[in-house]
Amino acid sequence: MRTKAIIRLLFTVGVLTWLALVFTDISIVFTASTGNVKQEVPHWIPDLLLNLFILSVFYYYKLKIERDEILNFIDLLWRVFATGLVATVISLSVWLFESLMGDTRLTSLPVFRDFIYLINLGLMLGFLIMAFTAWKRLILYQKSKWLLRLWAFFEIGLLLTLLYNTFGFPHVNWLFGVVLGILVLTGVILSANMKWVAYLNFRQKWTSLLLLLLTVFYLLYILFINSKSVEELRALTPYFTDYKGHLFIQVLIIFVAIYSAFSFLVILFNLPTTSVFEQKLEEVVNFQRISQSIQTEQNEESVYNILLEASVSTVFADAAWLEIHGQPQGNKFFTYKTSEKEAVEITEHLKHLNIKGVLDQGSDKTKNLSKHLALLKGSRFRSILAFPIYVKGENIGTLALLKELPEGFNKEMTKIVSTFANQAGISIENFRLMEEALQNERYKEELKIAKTVQKSLLPTNLDQDDDFEVAAFSESADEVGGDYYDTHRISARLIALIIADVSGKGTTAAFHMSQMKGIFHSLAQNDIEPSEFMTRSNQALISCLERGSFISATYFCIDNVDKIVRYARAGHCPVLYYDSSKGTAEFFKDKGIALGMVRNKSYSSFIQTNEFRYRPGDIMVLYTDGITEAKDSRGEEFGYDKLAEIILEVKDCSAKEIQDHIIRKLYEFTGTKNINDDYTTMIVKFR
Amino acid sequence: MIHIKRLQEDGVDVLVLIGEIDASSSIELDLAIAKSVGEGYSRILVDCSALDYISSAGLGVFMSYIEEFKDRNIRMVLFGMNEKVANTFEILGLNELLKIGKDKVEAKQMVDEL
Repeated sequence: MRTKAIIRLLFTVGVLTWLALVFTDISIVFTASTGNVKQEVPHWIPDLLLNLFILSVFYYYKLKIERDEILNFIDLLWRVFATGLVATVISLSVWLFESLMGDTRLTSLPVFRDFIYLINLGLMLGFLIMAFTAWKRLILYQKSKWLLRLWAFFEIGLLLTLLYNTFGFPHVNWLFGVVLGILVLTGVILSANMKWVAYLNFRQKWTSLLLLLLTVFYLLYILFINSKSVEELRALTPYFTDYKGHLFIQVLIIFVAIYSAFSFLVILFNLPTTSVFEQKLEEVVNFQRISQSIQTEQNEESVYNILLEASVSTVFADAAWLEIHGQPQGNKFFTYKTSEKEAVEITEHLKHLNIKGVLDQGSDKTKNLSKHLALLKGSRFRSILAFPIYVKGENIGTLALLKELPEGFNKEMTKIVSTFANQAGISIENFRLMEEALQNERYKEELKIAKTVQKSLLPTNLDQDDDFEVAAFSESADEVGGDYYDTHRISARLIALIIADVSGKGTTAAFHMSQMKGIFHSLAQNDIEPSEFMTRSNQALISCLERGSFISATYFCIDNVDKIVRYARAGHCPVLYYDSSKGTAEFFKDKGIALGMVRNKSYSSFIQTNEFRYRPGDIMVLYTDGITEAKDSRGEEFGYDKLAEIILEVKDCSAKEIQDHIIRKLYEFTGTKNINDDYTTMIVKFR
Repeated sequence: MIHIKRLQEDGVDVLVLIGEIDASSSIELDLAIAKSVGEGYSRILVDCSALDYISSAGLGVFMSYIEEFKDRNIRMVLFGMNEKVANTFEILGLNELLKIGKDKVEAKQMVDEL
């Protein structure tokens, strides 16, 4: 905002100084023309005012153009053109006005002529300084230390010359010439900086040519007008501010003219090479597209398409195909301006002619390739360029580019497309790696969910009874199915217990476990025979279980009045029972097939209810195969016998203590807490 | 890992299981049985003498064919199991649903007389 205020200020100052200049110069001329010898206004005042005017315009444009970030080349040239146009139009209208007035007394007055002259001078200076500032921006587009220093020298030198003309120093010819020469030379050296031309595209170059041409016309016109004015004035009076003796203005004119001319010529001669530069730019952009396709694209196909597009546009191919091997559906073809049939034809044809190496590597060094291709009936192509695509060292496909001209591909093209093919290979490799990683992540997420579900399905509190205490422990491994245990108080007299093991892994097992839990809690509400429980569970599960899935379970119903336990074992690990009267721990033997193995009503003949009496001090050990099948470092299994032995060690302890003991012994055996299976224990100690 | 060999003897398809069957290799077992059925064999023997271990996934594969075999009158007999594997089948009760023989001779008899 401050800058805007300063710009406005400078503009105002410029206008004011110009007006002051006009006023003073006219009064000098006036007094001179009326023959008064005594001058009221000193001679050097107009000079000073002229320089002040120049300075204010200079800084005005400096702030306006130099600091403007957004300006691009064409905009800059437009601005110069516009300023020139405005200046010329104003100048022309003044001239028109003048000629309309005709040859009257007024028009031949020196004052009048001076006024006209000063208007034109102001316009010319505005235009010149505008152009100067614009050229500065163009020259300094690509800065280097040396360049900046030289320009500083030039600009400061120019500004210092203002001093020369400020205080009415006498005109010393040789000094004038030397300084002029040095500054002009510096200007010429600086004019060699035309790098901005290379960045224009074809259309922009033509626009620039036009703008520069017109700018040169304006320049010539304004110079001509001012020259004419000076001549006319000189004839009338010597007392005006002559710009021809002004060093600054002279240098400026020469510099602006030279740079305009140079730019024009450089652009003109660069027109034929524009396409090459644009081409190179496009190659880089395409390369970037391919290498970034890994992040932006959704699948391999898009990468293939980008590769095909990029290669075709880079070498101006007439047609192309990309063949990818190894897909389950056979080779996949991506084609451009050709068909899969044609591609296969050409491949077969070349193979047939036994031309080695054409489709293997990126060259068409094979002699007479055009003749071979011509042999293929109906083929319009005469050159072919082919590249293999490698992913992880494996050749996954071939890229072939075709042209109708013979020898249509040069070495440059080969190099570029080879780079593309390489980069595409890398992108695809990255893509596949990312897919793998994503799959793994998804799988891990799934397992996490399953584990959480499993955990949430296990009861937080087990129903207790006066006749016995129950303790349970369950730990799940990562990749394995779910263990389940639960209790349900049917009445004051009856409690149901269940322990189950679901086959299968991951989320499937967790879901089956939740189904089992639902079945248990709904069926256990009624006091039904354990075998009936199993039959009904089996029937319910038929519609839920997947093919190949089953659930092993044992269901108990403890009657604390009759002191009886009735149970049914459906394919689960046999119950370990410590009989306190005998002092032995034995496994129950009974029959029963796991749930889900017989998927019809005949299952009821495969399950039976068993019954026994319990005494205080008896221990019932329920467990899953994770305990008995746990392996030690040598691969030996924990086994059933060991479990029975351990129970005897803690036969007098509480349920919880027994459980802790078993788990401790288990970890001792395996040497680690990481057991590769779910393992569960449920201990019932009768009081 | 499992390696499954196939032999044909007297019009009977013999699948020899070598190694272990876990969750991932159970798929191979499934495919082998499916292939045998697909080729129209109505008598299949499974040689388990070189089978060290079978997981619940593998057991599930055998189990899943029970119904189909009954419907299509295909007879399958397993034989040669070691103690651990036999025990696993017994605990689950699969020995009542599948035919299990002690050795090849007995198995051949069983598959014929079914």
